[in-house]
Amino acid sequence: MKRVYVNEEWCLGCHLCEYNCAFANSGKTDMAEALKGKPIFPRIHIEGNEKISYAVSCRHCTDPLCVKSCIAAAISVQGGVVKIDQNRCVGCLTCILVCPYGALAPSESGVMQKCELCLNNSSGEPACVKGCPNKAIVYDEREA
Amino acid sequence: MKNYVIIGNSIAATGCIEGIRSVDKRGKITVVSKENAPAYCRPLISYYLESKTTLEKMSYRAESFYSDNNCKVLYGKEAVSIDENKKTILLNDGQELPYSSICVATGSSPFVPPFNGLDLVENKFEFMTISDMLALEKAVSASSNVLIVGAGLIGLKCAEGLLKRVKSITVCDLAGRVLSSILDDECAAIMQKHLEKNGITFCLSDSVSRFEKNVAHMQSGKTIPFDVVVLAVGVRANTSLIKNAGGKVERGIIVNSKMRTSLKNIYAAGDCVETDDISFGSHRVLAILPNAYMQGRIAGLNMAGEPATFDKGIPMNSIGFFGLHAMTAGTYTGQMYEEKGDNYIKRLFTKKNHLCGYILIGKTDRAGIYTSLIREQTPLDEINFDLLKTDATSAAFSPELRRKMFGGVV
Repeated sequence: MKRVYVNEEWCLGCHLCEYNCAFANSGKTDMAEALKGKPIFPRIHIEGNEKISYAVSCRHCTDPLCVKSCIAAAISVQGGVVKIDQNRCVGCLTCILVCPYGALAPSESGVMQKCELCLNNSSGEPACVKGCPNKAIVYDEREA
Repeated sequence: MKNYVIIGNSIAATGCIEGIRSVDKRGKITVVSKENAPAYCRPLISYYLESKTTLEKMSYRAESFYSDNNCKVLYGKEAVSIDENKKTILLNDGQELPYSSICVATGSSPFVPPFNGLDLVENKFEFMTISDMLALEKAVSASSNVLIVGAGLIGLKCAEGLLKRVKSITVCDLAGRVLSSILDDECAAIMQKHLEKNGITFCLSDSVSRFEKNVAHMQSGKTIPFDVVVLAVGVRANTSLIKNAGGKVERGIIVNSKMRTSLKNIYAAGDCVETDDISFGSHRVLAILPNAYMQGRIAGLNMAGEPATFDKGIPMNSIGFFGLHAMTAGTYTGQMYEEKGDNYIKRLFTKKNHLCGYILIGKTDRAGIYTSLIREQTPLDEINFDLLKTDATSAAFSPELRRKMFGGVV
């Protein structure tokens, strides 16, 4: 299965991936209208310091702890993609408690959201990868 | 063909079914379900009272789950005893079920101390099951004064759920602080202040000495009038099946890392068992939903012949009240690192080069990175713990480890 992978040597820490993610998941067609002057709630975020930086998003683990731990059975694996049903999520944040990658953060409303590889939004493939200026994140099929 | 029997039908039982079926598609699975309903998300009962979920959305699996997995569910039935020699289970309707292996997933039951005069109270409720919650929902109205006995996770989630539906809520507890099983004094004080600000009244370090029909007389001499009482003092693991069959039981059913009890072909999982708490170095009951699912699944795998171990068990909780979240994990011993501010505290506990526990209130971003250090028993000198203390970030790990985390299939 194709997943999003990181080349941290190439990451500039420009945060474009965060904006592209927030826009792709906004349901809007105009980027300025979607994002300008508003706090954004992307499903990918940049971590690091002055020496290194890299983008963190859901790893779509083969044996995800978040799925086993969700008290609302809101997270499931569908065709290898770890998905969340926001309609079921009650915002208890247990998935944040258990994700070893620190990959999850709540949405604006307080219920959880997560990277679903842009498979169901207008981007169709990870918008973070498409918009990365230096191939620091790639959408790739790799062996376990 | 194997003949699996699962006693209980909640989260651990679901994990067990999925564990068995990932290996053995053909074996017979029978589930003995005391409650008259498919497995549901038990911790959501308070969220239902807050209208954050519905009965429909509380189901733990799809409607077709049992038929998809070819399970026979005996609803409204309880196991009375296990005969290890005959390899049968006696049910409360007199039926004898043969088995080749069992998973005991009987959970826990509310523990109600023998309060004086409790029998005089008409409107008294427990808060463990959907039916408890629905009965409570029916009994309260906008004019109800509610007394909750127990300021633990169950009592306080119940308080949060009920607050907007009733006139007043008082919570009493023998302990001097709220959430005494997961918070220390100072952290509990932050949460208590927040709960009080939202309208809940506390009566701590005090207990009911005597009930009248609508009044609780406290040890301190205080009297608390009420219309409805919720009893949430604590829970006890349901261990009697294993104990009576001669199996090893302490506070919970004793199991090994394969989730097997001391009895042959009998496994156990969930809130009824004790497993190793690796942050504590000994076994104890770790009654939380994630552990129940994982233990059930591991029991199921082993029952179906695929070796699997539960060896990363720790207590861990994520719990929020009126928008303030607390996350806790592990054991609070050793050296403490602390940061704090308004409505915010972080306490990390380290011992012998390991993180063994933490409490976070107010700022809980990426807490799973800390949880993982406890679960994986990561030596702290292999990472940049000075950075990690202030910020839960994988930037504190080595580039090689990060390459595995973010550059490979995990």
